[in-house]
Amino acid sequence: MLSVKNLWVKFPTNKGLFDAVRGISFSLGRERLGIVGESGSGKSMTGRAILRLIRPPGFIMAEYVKFGEDNLIDLDESKMRSIRGRRISMVMQDPKFSLNPVMTIGAQIIEAYRQHNDVPKRVAYQKAIEMLDAVLIRDTERVLRAYPHEVSGGMGQRIMIAMMLIPNPDILIADEPTSALDVSVQKQVMSILDGLVTRRGMGLILISHDLNLVSQFCDRVLIMYAGRIVEVCDAGALHQARHPYTQGLLNSLPRLTEKTRHLSVLQRDPAWAQPDSVTS
Amino acid sequence: MLNVTKLNVWFGHGRDRVDAVKSVDLTVEKGESFGLVGESGSGKSTILRAITGLAPHWSGAMVIDGSKIVGTSRDRVFFRKVQMVFQDPYASLHPRHTVDQVLSETLYLHGITDIESNILRLLDNVGLTARFRFRYPHQLSGGQRQRVAIARALAGRPDMLLLDEPTSALDVSVQAEILNLLTDLRNERHLTYIMVSHNLAVVAHMCDRVAVMRHGEIVELIKVDQLRLGHAHHPYVKELLESTYG
Ligand SMILES: Nc1ncnc2c1ncn2[C@@H]1O[C@H](COP(=O)(O)OP(=O)(O)OP(=O)(O)O)[C@@H](O)[C@H]1O
Ligand SMILES: Nc1ncnc2c1ncn2[C@@H]1O[C@H](COP(=O)(O)OP(=O)(O)OP(=O)(O)O)[C@@H](O)[C@H]1O
Ligand SMILES: [Mg+2]
Ligand SMILES: [Mg+2]
Repeated sequence: MLSVKNLWVKFPTNKGLFDAVRGISFSLGRERLGIVGESGSGKSMTGRAILRLIRPPGFIMAEYVKFGEDNLIDLDESKMRSIRGRRISMVMQDPKFSLNPVMTIGAQIIEAYRQHNDVPKRVAYQKAIEMLDAVLIRDTERVLRAYPHEVSGGMGQRIMIAMMLIPNPDILIADEPTSALDVSVQKQVMSILDGLVTRRGMGLILISHDLNLVSQFCDRVLIMYAGRIVEVCDAGALHQARHPYTQGLLNSLPRLTEKTRHLSVLQRDPAWAQPDSVTS
Repeated sequence: MLNVTKLNVWFGHGRDRVDAVKSVDLTVEKGESFGLVGESGSGKSTILRAITGLAPHWSGAMVIDGSKIVGTSRDRVFFRKVQMVFQDPYASLHPRHTVDQVLSETLYLHGITDIESNILRLLDNVGLTARFRFRYPHQLSGGQRQRVAIARALAGRPDMLLLDEPTSALDVSVQAEILNLLTDLRNERHLTYIMVSHNLAVVAHMCDRVAVMRHGEIVELIKVDQLRLGHAHHPYVKELLESTYG
């Protein structure tokens, strides 16, 4: 469905070009693909680059980013707009930041829904209630009348997920979509996404630092370090991952059953940043 | 250090009224690390915001270090004692201020003179190199922004930190570094923490006691040793434990 070859994201800085993403290649089918890696390793930039959402002066280079027949890299901006948010949706890492602060949540959902479905307001309103119910939001009617700053962190995340699913995208890129949710609500939200992948054949890219979530929920996982993919593995086998960086990440998790004063931290090895990306 | 009795916090009126916090009692001892967990929307952030004067309507009593807090204005003395790290690092950093401006301004407001070396020390504390010093928030990754927010909270050397999901935007390796840093700071400076997190393992690692919230109320108060053994009473806590153990 999506095929990325030799993708770079570069930012000019006063010390020269900074490569946030360094020549990665991967493909996505009708599956759940996880991307994990430490902070700053280039996960969000990879997601944004697919949709060409890198803010200038930053820029993208790639052999291709193929989506069906199209190469997204050289598509003109108007074609790109018809793909963005319709065929490929992205849930941004800072959910409330992507909502309009001066419009009620309900007005935003209804507007988005009616952009994609020719229905009267009343029907869209009912749909909005159903969507919020599905992500376990209580007092849905009150929340629809609220402004983004009037909902909690986890509510904002769930509202964004609901909105991004409105256009029935072929691909959903979800950047830390559940980082503010506890495990039980997280499960519910993930099962909605799961249903879309298994029933509707949507492709999902799940960017997350939650290794347990990714290993339970995804099919494959890309592990990023310093802008490169250092390891690709089956999600179920994440805990047996071989790369010392991946093992380091796993070891730094606190565990409910163990009491320690200090958590183990990564001892980064400069050699990790050297080799070419693993392709998947 | 902190004593909260019969705290109620509400927003809006009529059909839009939300009773976000209902009759909450809390006592946090000096040097203690106290956890707040609970469902999304249960009122955790609101409690921290009420303490720092960001909730317009509240009733009940709050006493910090022997002095009573009233209304919504907090003076300089208060902010020398208490600092907060917000859940949403994007919203809490000024978009047109560089990391350097954020930190030097905060240091200046707290009357700290040696700004240059303090900025470098603060960045180092939160695991950022000097390379990040002159960046704007949009030039940082999500985790890097959160580290700047933590550095800012530490700048005035407070006695108490209110931490709202301080590591939920961070990857596990940075999370480990930040949690270790918070552990060491607490030991060195006898800091007091209230930490909100949806992650039971994180709360258990950091805290001595945990309050569990649901619909604005505290439904269970549990010692972490008990939590580790799985000895919870409230069904919501049991469910969380089960999902955490997998
Ligand atoms: N405008 C910019 N100018 C310079 N560097 C930038 C800019 N935007 C992002 N970066 C850098 O690009 C790198 C990759 O950022 P990205 O947001 O992809 O990280 P991430 O893996 O998503 O991390 P996190 O888990 O913290 O969200 C980071 O080191 C970041 O500082
Ligand atoms: N400014 C506000 N105006 C109106 N309602 C608000 C406001 N701030 C919070 N609320 C409401 O108060 C309730 C509690 O919100 P709060 O942010 O304290 O939840 P939380 O426990 O921190 O949740 P999360 O884990 O999702 O961050 C929610 O129903 C929310 O919609
Ligand atoms: Mg990111
Ligand atoms: Mg909150």
